[in-house]
Amino acid sequence: MNVHTGTLAAFVHRVSGILLTLFLPVHFYAIGTTLQSAAAFDALLVWTQMPLVKFGEWGIVVLLAAHLGGGLRVLALEFLPWRDWQKTLVACAAAIALAVGLVFALAL
Amino acid sequence: MNVKTQTILWIAQRASAAVLALCVTVHLATMVYAIRGGLSAAEILSRTKGNAGWLAFYTVFVLAVTVHAPIGLRSVVTEWFGWRGAARDVFLLGLAMLLAVMGMRAVLGVFL
Amino acid sequence: MTHIQRVLDPTLAYRFACRVGMCGSCAMTVNGVARWTCRTHVDKVVKNDRMEIAPLRNLPVIRDLVTDMREFFDKWAKAKGQFSGRLTKNEDFQKVKPDSLERVAVDAGIECIGCAVCYSSCDVVSWNPDYLGPAALNRAWTLVKDERDSKKIERLRAVAGDAGCHSCHTHMSCTEHCPKQISPTAGIAGLKREVSLALFRKAL
Repeated sequence: MNVHTGTLAAFVHRVSGILLTLFLPVHFYAIGTTLQSAAAFDALLVWTQMPLVKFGEWGIVVLLAAHLGGGLRVLALEFLPWRDWQKTLVACAAAIALAVGLVFALAL
Repeated sequence: MNVKTQTILWIAQRASAAVLALCVTVHLATMVYAIRGGLSAAEILSRTKGNAGWLAFYTVFVLAVTVHAPIGLRSVVTEWFGWRGAARDVFLLGLAMLLAVMGMRAVLGVFL
Repeated sequence: MTHIQRVLDPTLAYRFACRVGMCGSCAMTVNGVARWTCRTHVDKVVKNDRMEIAPLRNLPVIRDLVTDMREFFDKWAKAKGQFSGRLTKNEDFQKVKPDSLERVAVDAGIECIGCAVCYSSCDVVSWNPDYLGPAALNRAWTLVKDERDSKKIERLRAVAGDAGCHSCHTHMSCTEHCPKQISPTAGIAGLKREVSLALFRKAL
């Protein structure tokens, strides 16, 4: 197969995009429940304290950061006179995801 | 769908991406700030209720996502699942509307 | 390749002409990566004492290592890859400044010899058979930036949309593997911007 930094970055970008799109309706629904009652939302928050759910939450944040990093890479490649630093861009994208993942884990 | 419309979709995708880059950065920072010491509905609502700034921010955020996600998914379903033609685009338009309605419901829910 | 054909299997079909990296006819897939076989030293690509030579990806195989290049070149024509000048032979040569921004952009992409290594490496071509591919789009880009050419808008129209430059997702396999160190990704990104500008100016 065709594996190098560019295809890896694009693959992560695409898969994270798909998963985030699937997550969005759930996210909107959960926030929307505060319409009905704050108590219902707090019940949901109790549920999110379960380790597995918490881990999933952390995963979604990392996906979001990874998609952000990958998106900045694409925008830079398409709109800036870049050429030689495409691997640096991928490294920056990975660094963004990693940094956000760590900060979020520490704050969790 | 003609190439002009396809070009407009590409521009919309990149423009919304630029907006989202800012929104997501703010969103990530807010999340890290908000979860310190645990989350509660009261805490979230005390920040957002009646706050026009957050209303404007989340409205822009939701609408940008509404534009961005279905166009991205269009490439995915075409290239990975071989789904082409008008039915695909109708489905994606439906997805955009679902995201807009659910998203705005959530935004208004924490504002009102 | 010649050794295999002369000594091991005289029935083997493969394509070559110049043997020095000028003609672009000997591209094949060597250990999974598309490259010219003429300029590839076996000791540079052999992995664990093994080497697998296969035909180019993304093109129909005619026999053994020979692929049908028709589709590849037809797409150059579809991308309006033919130069179309403004002047007649009765006029003087049009002068192009070698260091103008336009000409520098053309120079960066002009050395393509049509070997189809990029086309064979491109994931979008595998996923979307209508996609024009890196070589045809790179050719269109060098003409769009050629100030002597008269068909810019027609060409931008031909390369816009799902089958053209807007389907490039910057995987950069073409740039990674081009034996001439051309970056079709850069040219395709330029086309995306030029098409958008044409749209804003209501010229598209």
